[in-house]
Amino acid sequence: MAKKLIDFVQKKFASEVLHTHSRLGNDTVTVKRDKLVEIVRELRDDPSTQMDYLRTITAVDYLPRQPRFELVYVLYSMKHKHMLILRVMLEDSDAVAPSLHTLYGTAGWQEREVWDMYGIRFSGHPDLRRVLLYEEFEGHPLRKDYLKQASQPRVELLARERDSVEEFNIYVNDRPSSGSRDQ
Amino acid sequence: MAHNITDSFDSYDPIDQDINNEPMILQMGPSHPATHGTVRFTLTLEGEKVLKCETEVGYLHRGFEKECEAATWTQVFPYTDRLNYVSPLLNNFGYALAVEKLLGIEVPDRCNWIRTLMGEISRLSDHLTSIGAGALELNAMTAFLYAIEGRELVWDLIEQVTGARLTVSYGRVGGLKDDLPEGFAENWKYVRARLIEIHAYTNKLLTRNRVFVDRMAGTGVISPEMAISYGYTGPMLRSTGVDYDVRKDHPYFKYGEVDFDVPVGSSGDNFDRYLVRMEELVQSIRIIDQCLERMKPGPINTDDPRVMLPNKERVYNSIEGMIAHFKIVFEGLQVPPGEVYSYTEAGNGELGFYIVSNGTGKPWKIHVRSPSLIMMGGVHKLFEGGLLSDIIPTFDTVNMIGGECDK
Repeated sequence: MAKKLIDFVQKKFASEVLHTHSRLGNDTVTVKRDKLVEIVRELRDDPSTQMDYLRTITAVDYLPRQPRFELVYVLYSMKHKHMLILRVMLEDSDAVAPSLHTLYGTAGWQEREVWDMYGIRFSGHPDLRRVLLYEEFEGHPLRKDYLKQASQPRVELLARERDSVEEFNIYVNDRPSSGSRDQ
Repeated sequence: MAHNITDSFDSYDPIDQDINNEPMILQMGPSHPATHGTVRFTLTLEGEKVLKCETEVGYLHRGFEKECEAATWTQVFPYTDRLNYVSPLLNNFGYALAVEKLLGIEVPDRCNWIRTLMGEISRLSDHLTSIGAGALELNAMTAFLYAIEGRELVWDLIEQVTGARLTVSYGRVGGLKDDLPEGFAENWKYVRARLIEIHAYTNKLLTRNRVFVDRMAGTGVISPEMAISYGYTGPMLRSTGVDYDVRKDHPYFKYGEVDFDVPVGSSGDNFDRYLVRMEELVQSIRIIDQCLERMKPGPINTDDPRVMLPNKERVYNSIEGMIAHFKIVFEGLQVPPGEVYSYTEAGNGELGFYIVSNGTGKPWKIHVRSPSLIMMGGVHKLFEGGLLSDIIPTFDTVNMIGGECDK
């Protein structure tokens, strides 16, 4: 069981795999960014893997190391009860990764959290907004160069109240459906 | 209905037919009396039917992960108390387990038994709160009072063990704050008898109550595939019939050695989630009984000098002891560099910690996979297509806990 998933990725996507390890019982594969969606789709749909449950998406900021960011996807299979961690390295100047929102319902929502906290963009995401913080927040707080005590500019109140027609346009007509919606 | 209402409108002039077609926007929350926890739903309604729901969370964001990066490994425990503040012990132990994995240390047998035991006691308080508050919001005040009485008893037990009712900070890396107090088993016997009574009363009051069943059954339905895709875990997922429980599938602590069942539902609606929680209360009591029976006296802390404070005699009488004490307190535990994803079953589902160490006394990163936050990402699936009034019981059985959701 151990290493089976690593071998699976290595066999199917030999040119994409950068590094593998299974320290502490966590099978981990570091892959290149470009084919991420294909790799995850293969892992999800192949009957021998069936990773149908995306446990979590997060990122780690390794400042001052280059490449600076590391995206972490934890995949799990409800049927086979096995877990695989996929990691993707991202450069500071090019912190964009493909979105997985078409594969998992929860992916879009969690990608919004990563964008919120780390400022990593997800290409193809239908609605990349902040999720825990407010829209006017400046910077991305879990980056290592964001000081813990940093303060935020004061947000002015709206000059006047919006009427219901405007609200309707803002919240329904103009807003694409939320990230986790596209299934 | 005997005849179709729209038929009778055919004879009318069509000029007024579009009059109700424009949906209405309703802002529900962030501080709505019937949704415990601050979360805002922007609902698009057609009459009473929910067409679209936009969820907005984060009103209770305190920067858990950022704060952790500035604290030592031990100082993170009080922060984890404040994640799911209804069952803080489960968060404590989940975090301790993650750090222990990274350190590669094993804790003594008795520590594992106590963690299993206290974790289940915490789960009792979590489920009792969820059931009680859910009943209250459907106007069942009596059931709420029984559930809260049960929770008070559970919290009294927790107070005897940890010294606090809510923010317990009882876990430690490599062990526990303290052993169980004298007479704990007798106190548990008393609490247990009352909890079983309370369970029976709640059953009588709710399970076959017409009003309650009408509000709960068939509302907030989610299919197993959808639930897995949206990352639902815990009672939410089990209500759909998927028997995924970390305690059973990947046993940690002593869950592999105790005997318990994982209740599953079948229809994935609110009523099933209520029933799953009710049954899990019984199973938790079973686990606690077995723990108390099989627990042997012994040490509760590991003797690894990297994580344990030396005993006071050594601290006061030898220079090495004092230095060791000083270094653990001021520099923090030295956790070897690396990263690990560790997961446990908390009250609401899978609580995961992805922690990264760079070999110093402070965590480089702590990411918490909080079940509530992830469930809020798919909560619109439960609301859409239902009635506005169904949001109240659905939001209760989702049991979103603000502290955990908003980090």
